Amino acid sequence: MSPEDGTILTADAAERQSRSRLRVIDCDVHHALRSPKDLHPYLSKRWRDHLDTYGHRFPVPFTDGSPYPKTAPALSRTDSWPPNGGPPGSDLAFLQKQLLDRHNVEYGLLHLLAPHGMDQRNQDFGAAVCSAINQWQYEHWTQKDRRLKAAIVVPGEDAQAAVAEIERWAGNTDFVQVSMVTHTIEPLGRRRYWPIYEAAARLGLPVGLHTSGYNGHAITGGGWASYYVEEQHNVAISQQALAISLVCEGVFERFPALKVVIVEAGLAWVPSVAWRLDRHFDRMRDELPHLTKKPSEYLRQHMWYTTQPADEPERPEDLRRIFDWMGWDRVLYATDYPHWDMDNPGQSIKLRLSEDEQRMIYADNARAVYGFA
Amino acid sequence: MSFAYPGGIDCDIHPAVPSLQALLPYLDEHWREQVAVRGMDELASIAYPANSPLTARPDWKPAKGPAGADLVRLRREALDPFATSLAICNCLYGVQLLFSEDMAAAFARAVNDWMAKEWLDRDPRLRASIVVPPQSVERAVDEIERCAKDSRFVQVLLLVMGDQPLGKRHYWPIYAAAERHGLTIGIHAGSAYHNPPTPVGWPSYYTEDYVGQAQAFQSQLTSLICEGVFNRYPNLKVALLESGFTWLPAHLWRLTKYWRGLRMEIPWVDRAPTDIVRSNVRLSLQPVDGPPTSTKEGRDSLLRIIDHLQSDELLLFSTDYPHWQFDGNAVLPEGLPPDLIRKIMIDNPLATYSRLALTAAKEPVR
Repeated sequence: MSPEDGTILTADAAERQSRSRLRVIDCDVHHALRSPKDLHPYLSKRWRDHLDTYGHRFPVPFTDGSPYPKTAPALSRTDSWPPNGGPPGSDLAFLQKQLLDRHNVEYGLLHLLAPHGMDQRNQDFGAAVCSAINQWQYEHWTQKDRRLKAAIVVPGEDAQAAVAEIERWAGNTDFVQVSMVTHTIEPLGRRRYWPIYEAAARLGLPVGLHTSGYNGHAITGGGWASYYVEEQHNVAISQQALAISLVCEGVFERFPALKVVIVEAGLAWVPSVAWRLDRHFDRMRDELPHLTKKPSEYLRQHMWYTTQPADEPERPEDLRRIFDWMGWDRVLYATDYPHWDMDNPGQSIKLRLSEDEQRMIYADNARAVYGFA
Repeated sequence: MSFAYPGGIDCDIHPAVPSLQALLPYLDEHWREQVAVRGMDELASIAYPANSPLTARPDWKPAKGPAGADLVRLRREALDPFATSLAICNCLYGVQLLFSEDMAAAFARAVNDWMAKEWLDRDPRLRASIVVPPQSVERAVDEIERCAKDSRFVQVLLLVMGDQPLGKRHYWPIYAAAERHGLTIGIHAGSAYHNPPTPVGWPSYYTEDYVGQAQAFQSQLTSLICEGVFNRYPNLKVALLESGFTWLPAHLWRLTKYWRGLRMEIPWVDRAPTDIVRSNVRLSLQPVDGPPTSTKEGRDSLLRIIDHLQSDELLLFSTDYPHWQFDGNAVLPEGLPPDLIRKIMIDNPLATYSRLALTAAKEPVR
């Protein structure tokens, strides 16, 4: 969220100038289905019928939507509803105009937030939904605009099906990463997910973990919170738990080529998690003999973090320290278009950046992670 | 070697119940019988496995039984080396972990009576937290009312992970009682294990559980603020114990930002979370979850992250005895300026625990 939201059309000259200088690789762009029936062409008759009869069933109370009503319709900026009458993110031409062209986006990395396949209670249906989504992304988005790059969405709770889906798309340059939800049934470092990491590492695909999903567990270690504002926090906090799990389980020790990108969880927490891990690892090293390095080194070498929602210290320069501690090369820019708390390139990071620092954060770091030429 | 900053107030030490047998005199006949007939086991929380290096510092670990169970050793190991003037006892016996509210209430009462008789009566430097059964708010309030008459009880003790987030209205009678009696709410690391300790399920390793306490503290602080606990009870002080503190600046940046964007959902929260924390929330020193201070770079970074707190009033001296958080008497990280040390050791605890002023410290009994 930033006060600039909604004022994009009246950006002043200085901002326009800075925008023209910035080339952006946007690591979090949300496209959307125009209608749930958009997936029908990519589902078998059985699963089409299933979808029409039973719908998507996640481990949540309501048939539609989240138990935490959001703050805006479709979670989105009021000016992001496209002329095609569909929801925000559902109209390629409008997304091109409002995001890609306006903000000089070189590549936009797509993360579909609804529906998911991974947290479907019916796992076979979940796998079918993932396959359908990937085909739909390919035909309707990445093939139509070369700037848009998709994530292979996988039914990660069923590792075998997930690996099959990864292998189906691997080598197709429209897909630049593997994506899973972050509210998983077990912490993501646990062995049941390792075949996915093996495939991703073998095929040179980073794993992109956008804050999302339902697992049936309380949203905090101490039970269910009441409000959306709390949910906003707790989904990010759970990414901290996920990072701790990946490190402590030795995932990066076993798969040294694996890259993990944490999306939409903030990043100012990274140094503190690294310090805590190192400190307590020192004390309890005998519990984790499979780690040959300090935990912070795995974070430093294998994990990246997207900026949105930009951390906003009262004193903007405090953020510089965070980047120093976590490593400037770890920071990937993201807008989160078209959501209500979207960050606008050139405006959202209040810290004064040198041109080199800007280039790293806005594009070059992502270029290196994803291997863009 | 004498400690350079005498007279500190240690806000987190852990006298241990030596065994369930020790509580029998403090249980009524019904529960004494239950313990025997049912062959009840110790209520020792898996948050602190007896032999984990964290649970007991090697030189504080007795040959037999739990560390921290012996007053003579506690004086010699936790109080005297730091010339501590007052120390707040937080008993971590697993009362909150039970599912039966009757049993929890009986054991809470026993622990508090045991604490008063076996510890507080025997050393004038000791103060304590009231152990309550959060399984029943009504009975928790009863226990607060019962113990509050003894001014040596300065705090109400809760665990950072229970059944529901602590901001929920369900728990507010506990806060009303605490505020009424000038008791601080102490939220200590640990879980009732009634929920998975992370929102993504049960981790494999003890190390993960312990590192992950910081996430639970973030969630609870969010809950307390968003539900409006501090609007309703503006004088309530909350102390986060064994919480670490380097996670706080980043958390507050985000929480304050989202409060600005989402105030419409929680209109009663009329101050920025950052401001609420500065007036109402405090954190104990140990474990210091910052960079190692063995190098100048590390010391500078620690000072910088403390500076990110933007207040010298937030940290409370603690040894976390007998947990192994430091060696020798190096309880204070290297490089802290003397003014800040004084605040941490004395001024901040006095400002946080209003009841400490009610009972003047006397000369230690030896």
